[in-house]
Amino acid sequence: MAQQPAYYVPPQSHWPIIAAASLFFTLGGMAVLLHALQQEGSGLMGRVMLISGLMILAGMLTGWFAAVINETRQDLYSPQLDRSFRYGMSWFIFSEVMFFFAFFGTLFYLRVFAVPWLGGEGDKGLANMLWPQFNAVWPLLEAPNPEQFPPIKEIIDPWHIPFLNTILLLSSSVTLWFSHKALKRNDRDRTKLWLGITILLGLTFLALQIYEYAKAYNELDLTLRSGVYGATFFMLTGFHGAHVTIGSLILIVILFRVYLGHFSAEKHFGFEAGAWYWHFVDVVWIFLFTTVYLL
Amino acid sequence: MSTHTEAGHHGPAKGISRWILTTNHKDIGTMYLVFSLIMLFIGGSMAFVIRAELFQPGLQLVMPEFFNQMTTMHGLIMVFGAVMPAFVGLANWQVPLMIGAPDMALPRLNNLSFWILPFAFSMLLATLLMPGGAPDFGWTFYAPLSTTYAPPSVTFFIFAIHMMGISSILGAINIIVTIFNMRAPGMKMMDLPLFVWTWLITAFLLIAVMPVLAAVVTMMLMDVHFGTSFFNAAGGGDPVLFQHVFWFFAHPEVYIMVLPAFGIVSQIVPTFARKPLFGYHSMVYATASIAILSFIVWAHHMFTVGMPLVGELFFMYSTMLIAVPTGVKVFNWVSTMFRGSMTFETPMLFAIAFIVLFTIGGLSGLMLAIAPADFQYHDTYFVVAHFHYVLVPGAVFGIIAGVYYWLPKWCGKMYDEKLGQWHFWLSFIGVNLTFFPMHFVGLAGMPRRIPDYALQFADFNMLTSLGAFLFGTTQLLFVYILIKTVRKGKPAPQLPWDGAKGLEWTVPTPAPYHTFATPPVFGDK
Repeated sequence: MAQQPAYYVPPQSHWPIIAAASLFFTLGGMAVLLHALQQEGSGLMGRVMLISGLMILAGMLTGWFAAVINETRQDLYSPQLDRSFRYGMSWFIFSEVMFFFAFFGTLFYLRVFAVPWLGGEGDKGLANMLWPQFNAVWPLLEAPNPEQFPPIKEIIDPWHIPFLNTILLLSSSVTLWFSHKALKRNDRDRTKLWLGITILLGLTFLALQIYEYAKAYNELDLTLRSGVYGATFFMLTGFHGAHVTIGSLILIVILFRVYLGHFSAEKHFGFEAGAWYWHFVDVVWIFLFTTVYLL
Repeated sequence: MSTHTEAGHHGPAKGISRWILTTNHKDIGTMYLVFSLIMLFIGGSMAFVIRAELFQPGLQLVMPEFFNQMTTMHGLIMVFGAVMPAFVGLANWQVPLMIGAPDMALPRLNNLSFWILPFAFSMLLATLLMPGGAPDFGWTFYAPLSTTYAPPSVTFFIFAIHMMGISSILGAINIIVTIFNMRAPGMKMMDLPLFVWTWLITAFLLIAVMPVLAAVVTMMLMDVHFGTSFFNAAGGGDPVLFQHVFWFFAHPEVYIMVLPAFGIVSQIVPTFARKPLFGYHSMVYATASIAILSFIVWAHHMFTVGMPLVGELFFMYSTMLIAVPTGVKVFNWVSTMFRGSMTFETPMLFAIAFIVLFTIGGLSGLMLAIAPADFQYHDTYFVVAHFHYVLVPGAVFGIIAGVYYWLPKWCGKMYDEKLGQWHFWLSFIGVNLTFFPMHFVGLAGMPRRIPDYALQFADFNMLTSLGAFLFGTTQLLFVYILIKTVRKGKPAPQLPWDGAKGLEWTVPTPAPYHTFATPPVFGDK
């Protein structure tokens, strides 16, 4: 490399405006669809918008990342720019932490304050006069108004699928670490092997999660509509599952890139960023398993 | 100090593609500022409707339903469309210039952060034309008004908020990374100009709380469309939960809207007092303390909702603590001016007005912080007076001061000082005429967000409306001044203010399209 550029300022790019438009069509399409369904419409226009938005989004992500990968492979990036990516990714993960924090806070508030108050306990126990027969227990199988929010038959046993999922996800973090170690040794075969195992573990986790959801809806009557237990359960596990899905996609792309011969033993930030994300999702699961399933 | 080199760079692209595809922090900063000015007038016209209706008691011009939509949209547009983008625009222009960086750290992401906004606000403004009307539940969108009883357009509102949130988070990440990673060699954290420091802390707040806003609107969406019961007691939820999560976002949010203004004032006051800023370190620590405290005071917005007594006390004392670091800041600004060789150009006038009037807003905030007193003030015009004093002569005056201060460097031309003075004095009179009487009607018990009022409030309301019309019209003068400056202002010198210090004044006037392609060496002051 003849001369390291001071700091790579990219030329004009059409990706940002495409990204903004795809976001508009995706979220706008979702809004149009939900709005139409609420008004008993067919929601055809919303569906078309949503699907086209998602397609533009996928194309944009591919194109934008391809551009960045090309630039990095041309060695346009200085160590300083590499640091910008690292800082950027860390702060992005911090924003995700805060997103989950809000949902964990919600669960905490409902369990510790709102539900006991509705049951007549504590400072604001006066709320009990709304539904005097209401029995405040957690897990909340029966909501204060069971006609509007039908009761749950049974909750999910944490020691079956959720525990298995915990083991799967925790080991996937370890296998990903092995893969990273192998990459740093420039042992490409081991890198691929451990990364592949990580992805398989992640996908198994997702499959089990889907199975668990089906069981909750079909057999246990545990649904989004069954009061705050169901609401918090599906919100937390659902957003976590969505993150595992995104994480798996990231790792699949990374595996693909390893096969293409990208990354070196010293420079492989794409790999590391994906790994950070995966470990973050893993940590969220530990909190989730404890507070949603166990306690 | 070293000048810029332009090796390998060229000027802006021609035509509209310059703006749509740009990766240049100055272009993006300009777009943010223009966008914010447009939103200021859209939100301002809604304030016009509100004040026209309240000019006299009785229902005069609009139906109560539409009045509610106006108060809601006015708040949302001013907060998310006018004030926040204006600060991001100033950060885009100034942060790289002040720390000697060639651009923002992630220039393409920077463009995306901006271009999300026009889409998001088109979606929000489109709700005005929908059956059932625009959101009408207030800018705080409390459940169940925004869930069970919401107009159908609430779905669009939710997704518009999501888009604004994404834009803010991406923008804030960019600013934080730029400040941490792109400082000129030799520039330590404690060498950062205060505008950069306050923006660093603001960006941290944004990344911390915008996801919480996303979470709360997502829960609303689930309650509206998917049958969950987060905010519905019939399912074991709690409408008060909404307020907790919302204010956990929105209290840091109000500091997001004022900390960068603190930074701007801390740049301007030393320049026109021709003295270094008094107590630089304490300014930094005070800003950081305000930011940290902002996470543990949220429930002071909810004293009357029915919280346990322990909660009331905790949030009352933690709120009052904020007066300490804020007092430090006011003290430092005043001490900077003390025995300075002061001159009173337009930016300085706006900065001084900021200090005085923001302090009034701060003190009324302290009154509201006292839980038992708040029981009287809650949801009255006293609250409206309080937050408008911190937002209009606070945030907005800060922005205007910053624009006058840096405009000569941006466009290479000087604004018309005489017109600037007119703009200031008319704004100053207008703002006080608008918001000062609100204290009195509020203390006398006039409730906020109601299109009608009892006869005894008539005189003060008429004064308020007249003030609002004056203030609003005066801002047309601002637009005229800006256009006149850009079109045919007198050429500005390299250093338009003789007391000004900092890297941004070392670049030529107007600032070339690319600055600091080679980083300057900091320290040989």
